[in-house]
Amino acid sequence: MTDSGFPQRLAALNAEYARCIDDDRMEAWPEFFFERCLYKITTAENHRNGFEAGIIYADSKAMLKDRVSALREANVYERQRYRHIVGGPAIIAEERHVVRTESPFLVTRIMRDGRMDLFATGKYIDAVGEDADGALRFVERIVVCDSARFDTLVALPL
Amino acid sequence: MRVPNTAAPSPENRRAWPAGASTRVPYWVYQDAEIYAAEQQRIFTGPVWHYLCLEADVATAGDFRTTFVGGMPVVVARDTDGEIYSFENRCAHRGALLCLENEGKARDFQCVYHAWTYDLQGNLKGVAFKDGVNGKGGMPKSFCPEEHGPRKLRTTVLCGLVFGSLHDDVPPIEEYLGADILARLERVLCKPVKVIGRFTQALPNNWKLYVENVKDSYHASLLHLFFTTFRINRLNQRGGVIVSETGAHHVSWSAIDAGAAPARRDAAYSAQGIRAEKDAYRLADPSLLDGRDEFGDGITLQILSVFPGFVLQQIQNSIAVRQVLPKGVESTELNWTYLGFADDTPEMKTMRLKQSNLVGPAGYVSMEDGAVGGFVQRGIAQAADAQAVLEMGGDGIESQDSRATEASVRGFWNEYRALMGL
Repeated sequence: MTDSGFPQRLAALNAEYARCIDDDRMEAWPEFFFERCLYKITTAENHRNGFEAGIIYADSKAMLKDRVSALREANVYERQRYRHIVGGPAIIAEERHVVRTESPFLVTRIMRDGRMDLFATGKYIDAVGEDADGALRFVERIVVCDSARFDTLVALPL
Repeated sequence: MRVPNTAAPSPENRRAWPAGASTRVPYWVYQDAEIYAAEQQRIFTGPVWHYLCLEADVATAGDFRTTFVGGMPVVVARDTDGEIYSFENRCAHRGALLCLENEGKARDFQCVYHAWTYDLQGNLKGVAFKDGVNGKGGMPKSFCPEEHGPRKLRTTVLCGLVFGSLHDDVPPIEEYLGADILARLERVLCKPVKVIGRFTQALPNNWKLYVENVKDSYHASLLHLFFTTFRINRLNQRGGVIVSETGAHHVSWSAIDAGAAPARRDAAYSAQGIRAEKDAYRLADPSLLDGRDEFGDGITLQILSVFPGFVLQQIQNSIAVRQVLPKGVESTELNWTYLGFADDTPEMKTMRLKQSNLVGPAGYVSMEDGAVGGFVQRGIAQAADAQAVLEMGGDGIESQDSRATEASVRGFWNEYRALMGL
């Protein structure tokens, strides 16, 4: 998988992922993942201590779809959006069907009244694989936030 | 002709509670810097118990954690005698923080500023250059280390929870809680726990708005639409509110009524015309709701609060403790510790991880609680002398077998006003 074009494909995957969320195309967000997958938002401290819980935890694409349904239909939060800046991915290891990579991120949150804050920084710890059509998708995306403190609420995925 | 503005009360009259009103809360109580300062004295150093940490956080001798009691920084440590001690995180010399870590292991605590050293109980044991250098300088002979030290807290352990108090006359924790609340605490914390995650939520509101929200069983199915849509919680489920004698503590609970068929429950729910009904949808992955009745009593939700700022939560198999810390008039920190039990099977562990989606800063049934206090804080910006209305379920603070009540919120204010002299 990790031929000469791979770093570019990985960067494109990260760029499309960020655009999907930041452009509010949430319904397409689960499509970045395999049916069986792991998406989790946690903190550096929890990650270091081996504490497995996340503030968002999904072990199937269907759970990611439910997250989108909930944020569209059920959950109540003030109108807001994110701007993701995702740094260049590092390739950590290649296994039989997946490549393990890490990418740093920075997310600002823009509220309806114009308030703009640095909302989260951290790194994505990913396991990436190719689907039947050869497209890259996430087997795992662990969102490890540098700070354990989240302002007000986390409605949209990181 | 200029008309005098008689509608605005003079500042000195402003902090009088509305006469006889157990069902009204004046908004200045969430806004006033003097009230906030008075709370630090009357509430947080008053005859109350504060949750400090888990006993498991300081499992062996030398283990410590730092936390807060109101605005006061506090160290919790286990000494070599096996006991847990807590004391103000402040050097007796110049007032600097003694401990600069969230957690760790130590033989003693040495202030970085001038190297004054304290044992694990907070006793001053060493003063650098006490006898001077080459016969010059040093502390006077009259200096007595025993007379100097950070403030110590009374420290107690209950069901794996460490509580501390700055007050000499606070009753033992079991008596403080009362039998009804204690039984519900013991119901959940019935065996050794295991931490599975820690998260902090910064709330843009006064601490009391969050505590009220916790005690407010009325809002659950109205604000949190996820709950109602998936029939996890409805006001017409079997359930109720237990309020402690003075209103300080509470338990809100609900249980699945095994006898009621889903269709019948739907009809009962439609009758209330709650807005979630129109948006009924189904989970694509319903495994989230495959909880176990792990306590064997059918209770799927139990929210327990201990005055002033502790919450124990069981929502299905999601168990967490929450610590509410005031960080300013309009700023609160909510520390979540997600728990499992030491003897959880792999299946049970997975269930808790899935159900962690329900709670916390991104929780399906709790994220709104992080924002709604801020909605109030912003809404009341120019309404200091207007009042919140708390008449749901009458004007008393007695336990009720319905969750459509504000009895436990009134209970909070009953206790708060008694301590504050308001």
